[in-house]
Amino acid sequence: MTALVPHSWLNRLGIPPWVWNPLSVSLRAAFEATVVVAVVGIALGYLLAKGRFPGRGAIESFFSLPMALPPTVVGYYLLTRLGGPGPIRNAEVSLFGHPLTFTFTGIVIAQIVESFPYCVRFSRAAISGVDPRFEQAARAMGLSQWRIALLVTLPLARRGIVAGVAMAFGRALGDFGATMIVSGSVPMATTMSIALYNAVAYGPHHQAMVLAFVQLGVALAILFGVSRLGKVRPW
Amino acid sequence: MTAALDVAVTRRIGEFDLDVAFTMESGISVLFGPSGAGKSLTLALIAGLIRPDAGTVLINGRVVTDCARRIHVSTQERRIGMVFQDGMLLPHRSVLDNVALAVRQGDGRRERRAIARSWLERVGAEGFVDRRPGSLSGGQRQRVALARGLAGEPALVLLDEPLSALDAKVRGELRTLIREVIVSAGVPAVLVTHDAEEAEETGDVIIAYDDGRVTGRRVVERPTPPRDGGDEPPESGASA
Repeated sequence: MTALVPHSWLNRLGIPPWVWNPLSVSLRAAFEATVVVAVVGIALGYLLAKGRFPGRGAIESFFSLPMALPPTVVGYYLLTRLGGPGPIRNAEVSLFGHPLTFTFTGIVIAQIVESFPYCVRFSRAAISGVDPRFEQAARAMGLSQWRIALLVTLPLARRGIVAGVAMAFGRALGDFGATMIVSGSVPMATTMSIALYNAVAYGPHHQAMVLAFVQLGVALAILFGVSRLGKVRPW
Repeated sequence: MTAALDVAVTRRIGEFDLDVAFTMESGISVLFGPSGAGKSLTLALIAGLIRPDAGTVLINGRVVTDCARRIHVSTQERRIGMVFQDGMLLPHRSVLDNVALAVRQGDGRRERRAIARSWLERVGAEGFVDRRPGSLSGGQRQRVALARGLAGEPALVLLDEPLSALDAKVRGELRTLIREVIVSAGVPAVLVTHDAEEAEETGDVIIAYDDGRVTGRRVVERPTPPRDGGDEPPESGASA
């Protein structure tokens, strides 16, 4: 992961590898997880907001489970489903050549599961809040349902949707329990949260202080960004 | 002659029971009555936004709703234009984009925008084509909404209390504009209002509503406007 930025640059900036390595793992995993979560989560949020089909409430409850469950429980189920014997593990081996537990991809999957509900719930609420008369006007203009979704509904709901994606990114970046259980803290799959835990548990303690401070800064930046999204008029 | 609109529908919503039937030819028909009489509900049924419990809706002789035969043409396929009380212009799009989105004819984006521009000129909105609706006054927004309602070559225009949110002076100006533009375009229109003065000044026929029923129908006497060719619609504009 350090190859993303040359060592000489990091040295010049005074960023030690024990900060950069877990930070880059965290940022990259959270980014990849958020891309997946945004695409699938916004689509599901739209379906839940606009669809009228039986089981809608059950689907929303199921995908919201990670919000109510301790992350370690989510991690446990992922570990046993992804890593335990069975068809899922067989599929992983045939696709990737190895199980996904204790890998970077495993971290991304854990973070997708943990952050997915935030994107879905924010998106559903934002899309439900769009005045239906805008969509009625668009129907009268002859626009297809697809064009109404892309040109009318989603742009009008975008502040809430972007806030949901930002919250999902923050949740993915800050996840500890599920990530720890699925990744097992192997060297190239160590996130900031896990590195902080290791520093607290095994030292050196000054590293824990720095890692915590960096995470604090990242979290503040995300929250500031989300609050700005709420204040700036989008049009 | 085929009626521009033939409506005979019933719809029950909670305790409210709508049961209306009327036909209209060309010109502007006004659905006039107190709030809660079922005027806007009728408009939604004509537009296909709500399905009636029973009945039929024909636009230019084409069956768009027939409950007995389970026919319900989608709103998109009815070729209608709608003008709402608040305009309902897309706030994230420019005025020109709002109208261009409604243009159904034309091969490319440039042609559709040219048609949209010509409609904006006809309603006196050419001065703010690049502005966002949020920066316009209520009267300016309704001018744009009227252009958007007509830009798609509709077979019928539905106006749902388009002036009720405006002050008296602007209302007077827009009444005249609505009548002039719709009549010159030759598109039949249904306008909903609870304002007696607006009904008289705008409509050719006034259909009185009360408590979900049509209680009267009156033709408004007005001199035939001269058609000297100075106010023709654009070639690509709407036609009846």
